[in-house]
Amino acid sequence: MVLSALPTAADPPQLLPAREQMAFTLGFHIILVPFGLAFTFMMLVCHYRALRRGDQQALVLAQRWSKVAAVLFAVGAVSGTVLTFELGLLWPGLMGKYGPAFGFPFAVEGLFFFLEAIFVAIYIYGWQRLPPWPHFFTGVVVTLAGVGGTASVIAANSWMNQPAGIAVRNGRVVGVIPSQVFFNGAFWWEMVHMLLAAYIVAGFMVAGVYAWGLLKGRRDHYHRLGFAVPFTVAAIAMPLQFLVGDTIARQVYDREPAKFSAVELLPTTGDHVPETLGGIFVDGRVRYGIQLPDVASILAGFTPSTKIKGFDAIPAAVRPTDSVVSIVHLAFDVMVATASLLLLLALWFAWQWWRRRAVPTNRWFLRSSAVSGLVALVSLESGWVVTEVGRQPWTVVGLLLTENAVATQGNLWPLFSTVLVIYACVAVGALYVLRTLRRRWSEEGAEAAVVPYGPRAAPATNGHTFGGDDA
Amino acid sequence: MSDLIAGVLFIGVIAYALFGGADYGAGFWDLTAGGAARGRPVRELINVSISPVWEANHTWLIFCFVTIWTAFPQAFTAMTTTLYIPLGLAALGIVARGSGFAFRHALARGRGEWISGVAFACSSVLTPFFFGTVAGGIASGRVPSAGHGDPLSSWVNPTSVLGGVLAVTVCAYLAAVFLTGQAQRRADPPLEKAFSHRAFGAGIVAGLVALVGVFVLHADSPRLFHQLSTVGAPLLVVSGLCGLAALLLLRRGSPPVVRTLAAIAITTVVAGWGVAQYPYLLGTHLTIQQAAAPTATLWVLILVSFVAVVLIAPSLLLLYSLQLRRKLG
Repeated sequence: MVLSALPTAADPPQLLPAREQMAFTLGFHIILVPFGLAFTFMMLVCHYRALRRGDQQALVLAQRWSKVAAVLFAVGAVSGTVLTFELGLLWPGLMGKYGPAFGFPFAVEGLFFFLEAIFVAIYIYGWQRLPPWPHFFTGVVVTLAGVGGTASVIAANSWMNQPAGIAVRNGRVVGVIPSQVFFNGAFWWEMVHMLLAAYIVAGFMVAGVYAWGLLKGRRDHYHRLGFAVPFTVAAIAMPLQFLVGDTIARQVYDREPAKFSAVELLPTTGDHVPETLGGIFVDGRVRYGIQLPDVASILAGFTPSTKIKGFDAIPAAVRPTDSVVSIVHLAFDVMVATASLLLLLALWFAWQWWRRRAVPTNRWFLRSSAVSGLVALVSLESGWVVTEVGRQPWTVVGLLLTENAVATQGNLWPLFSTVLVIYACVAVGALYVLRTLRRRWSEEGAEAAVVPYGPRAAPATNGHTFGGDDA
Repeated sequence: MSDLIAGVLFIGVIAYALFGGADYGAGFWDLTAGGAARGRPVRELINVSISPVWEANHTWLIFCFVTIWTAFPQAFTAMTTTLYIPLGLAALGIVARGSGFAFRHALARGRGEWISGVAFACSSVLTPFFFGTVAGGIASGRVPSAGHGDPLSSWVNPTSVLGGVLAVTVCAYLAAVFLTGQAQRRADPPLEKAFSHRAFGAGIVAGLVALVGVFVLHADSPRLFHQLSTVGAPLLVVSGLCGLAALLLLRRGSPPVVRTLAAIAITTVVAGWGVAQYPYLLGTHLTIQQAAAPTATLWVLILVSFVAVVLIAPSLLLLYSLQLRRKLG
């Protein structure tokens, strides 16, 4: 293993494009994950309400949401496929050596994804001709498969953070204990953390769209329901996420000390460690930022005398660089700050709901809600940066350095630039499609929309119908 | 044990060739359907036929990837470090294709619909071509065990080009056969006739390409040629006969029979490749057994395959039967 005191000087030439491309495509894909995972759940809440209470507006919502989900699921499916290719194209050192351990959770994920793809299609295209309840339950399969798929991908990712269950001889994996690989030390909490994050992001994003409508004076049942269902889901998940996140932070302190010292921006091991808000790491010292005395020690071990390991505890050869440390620390701060804002918003909602039993119409509340989806997205992305960058310089902690995992063939820059162009087109296309759908629906209105399971609309002249509201 | 997993992997490859192939072929006919007005009926048939099933069809590719990198990690990285250009291009093609199709479906008539349609159709032809070149590079033994083979000649060579062209024409043939049946079900005689002509054309071209391929393989990949003409020969004969029978019965026979014959034609061709390559995964230098992961990992894959048979197969049947009975849409 080539270790270098100054990793940047000896970096393999492909390291930068490979890491940037992986970060970009993963960062893109992770935006779509909440929609495949949690948006379908909200759709089902509306669907259930419609079937139980005969709420036609809820049915219109569920049906329209399923169309949005169809588009986003497609983009998520193809951007996920690209990640599959990239594992081989960008990280042959990881796949070639640890494929037998790191690889199989993806095989399990494949099963769940298969189920998801099959039933999402049946659900989306089943509005016109499937009986109501069986149709509803095809959606339930999608939601459950989404949870299983997330668990599998997180199993692979958390294994990189806390690898377990393998025996290596002569640089080759010779023994695997699958249960220890899948249910590694970091698995459970990381999985719950991601799951809640998906429900939070999807909830605030969708609620934001209807908050915008409410702000514009569309205060009908359709808009109130479209706001209340996703917002409630997100607001319930938010405090749970704080509990989970807090537990994970202590677990990272315990089991991934290097990541924790980056999060806390801590050069030297010691007790009475202050919590640094903001600030960066330059030449081995903390610059700028506000320090709260003893807080980091108290958060990690409940007493100011809790000792926290600093960078001096990491061998110099595998110490993260200053810029890595700064990025991890700032990303952590952004994650906590944005999550705190969202928690306040959720509490505001709970207070109003408790007092008035109605969706709040306060303009500042609605304005905050309208942007809450973007705030949640920032939180999700920065949390992901903490996990991934916080592991550097390792790809698999203690076993494989990123510089040894990366591809050495060819030149990755042309691929990366093409990826950027195509993904930009896809993003623009997706936003354009969503805007077109929104316009079509707002012109159509909620009352006039053709509802499935109801009396059939006049037969379509072009020989097929995509769903009620196209006819 | 490792042979079993290799068999499972090959079933995945065959399934992708069949289901993904029919999908790509539909894109080929979309591309060649003509201008916006003239091509509309063809494109609408393609839309309703593949919308509910294309994502499931492409999951087979994921299945192949995860199986190979888990069970045969060394072979996987040997391929990705050698054939990174066609693989990268195929990945981009998949993005353009999937998003283009989904966007077109959601948009009303207009420029946005046209642009996304073009992205879908063009990448539907390019992507299987690149996969074909990858198959050709592997089959002709141009991927070294340690990887890092020649980045160009590994896929720009006679066998790869043959693989690419054959992939595109076979996809087109398969799709045309399927779409003929779809048009028949929808009681649309003009479209049915149009697609049966297309199926004939594509079938004849695929046959010719296969004939030329005999000479190409003889010159470029002697071992593959030898294996195909001995152990693989029965499969190839079955393939040719079924392909021909499907064409002859295209408009007279019942759609399920014709579909099955066409599917057997493709299955046997791909299986022929697998049989010809056995017991090697790469060329004549890396056997299945040498490349295999530890036994515990292979057991996990066996379990996953078992669950797939129990859970995924009936779900797929449900999806396809709902689609064929026109319950979706």
